[in-house]
Amino acid sequence: MADSAVLVDEGKKNLWGGGVSPFKASYGKVMMWFFLLSDAFTFSALLITYGMIRFTHPSYEGAVADFKFSPEYWPIPEKVFEAFPGMHALGIESAPLVFVGLMTFILIASSVTMVLAVEAGERMDKKGVEKWMLWTIVGGLTFLGCQAWEWTHFIIGSDDSMNAIGNIVTGAGLSSNQYGPPNFAALFFFITGFHGFHVLSGVFINFVIFYQATVGILERRGHYEMVEKVGLYWHFVDLVWVFVFTFFYLV
Amino acid sequence: MDNPQVEVQPLNRDKVRNFIKVMIYLAIITALEFLIAFTVPHDYKWLRIVVFVVMTIVKAYYIVAEFMHLGHEKKSLKMSIVLPMLFVVFLVFILIFQGSAIYNVLY
Repeated sequence: MADSAVLVDEGKKNLWGGGVSPFKASYGKVMMWFFLLSDAFTFSALLITYGMIRFTHPSYEGAVADFKFSPEYWPIPEKVFEAFPGMHALGIESAPLVFVGLMTFILIASSVTMVLAVEAGERMDKKGVEKWMLWTIVGGLTFLGCQAWEWTHFIIGSDDSMNAIGNIVTGAGLSSNQYGPPNFAALFFFITGFHGFHVLSGVFINFVIFYQATVGILERRGHYEMVEKVGLYWHFVDLVWVFVFTFFYLV
Repeated sequence: MDNPQVEVQPLNRDKVRNFIKVMIYLAIITALEFLIAFTVPHDYKWLRIVVFVVMTIVKAYYIVAEFMHLGHEKKSLKMSIVLPMLFVVFLVFILIFQGSAIYNVLY
């Protein structure tokens, strides 16, 4: 049979032979997935670098109650991130990890409003897409505002009594900080900053799609797949935050 | 200026219920993480690290599989995204060992 024509079984068409979409997903969606895979590698490299540098420094040995900031060892996260806007006015001395908890819930909530926008898009519900995209944008902007406050607090530093042992340092910069080894603040700025940049670009992209939905471009196109694609990006930003949260604030 | 020709389908209640369920799971796991962060002492360093990493991966699974819908895509697309992450696992082991080795030289 070697010299006969190639038999094509119409019932079992070759998936990779062209003419069909082998992943049963559109080109744009597949490419968004592969972009996110590459972005996941970037964030993984940054977070693993954090882990490596963390392991090259000693841990704090001793009671948590007696903890003092020192460049000699890596700080305990709940002693660094313990501020909340207006807590001194309310007479609260420390609110460990409360603010970052709020930020986490804001981002998870904006992820939920994003899936609801995608769901509305699948039903061709223009009003629903507008409403949920707008809530997602509001969530993203709130998160960015929280991060701006947190960075400002981190850079300016807390009370004078919390200076590093030995040399007096107030606040944090790239070369030195009051909380611990210089690399601690440098990694904090780099990793949360890179994540914050993703949130910022996500808010911009969400706004573009919100605009296109509002003026009816997506409705005339006949489908709301763009909402799904930016949704993937937005969930990825949430996903990265889950990891940043664990490694910076909990471990 | 709604287009009268476009037919809006009714809300898919099962789907929305599933999203709310996933959101509640994520909230519960995050709350548990806070509980562990304040109740398990820092002396149990490795226990804390392992528990936090496992909980983070569970949360990541729910976000990727349900919110990003990857759990319902074709197997070939799923594997194209998940399998390359093995390189990340590999890098974790390399750099954590490297970090410990540098620590042993310095201290």
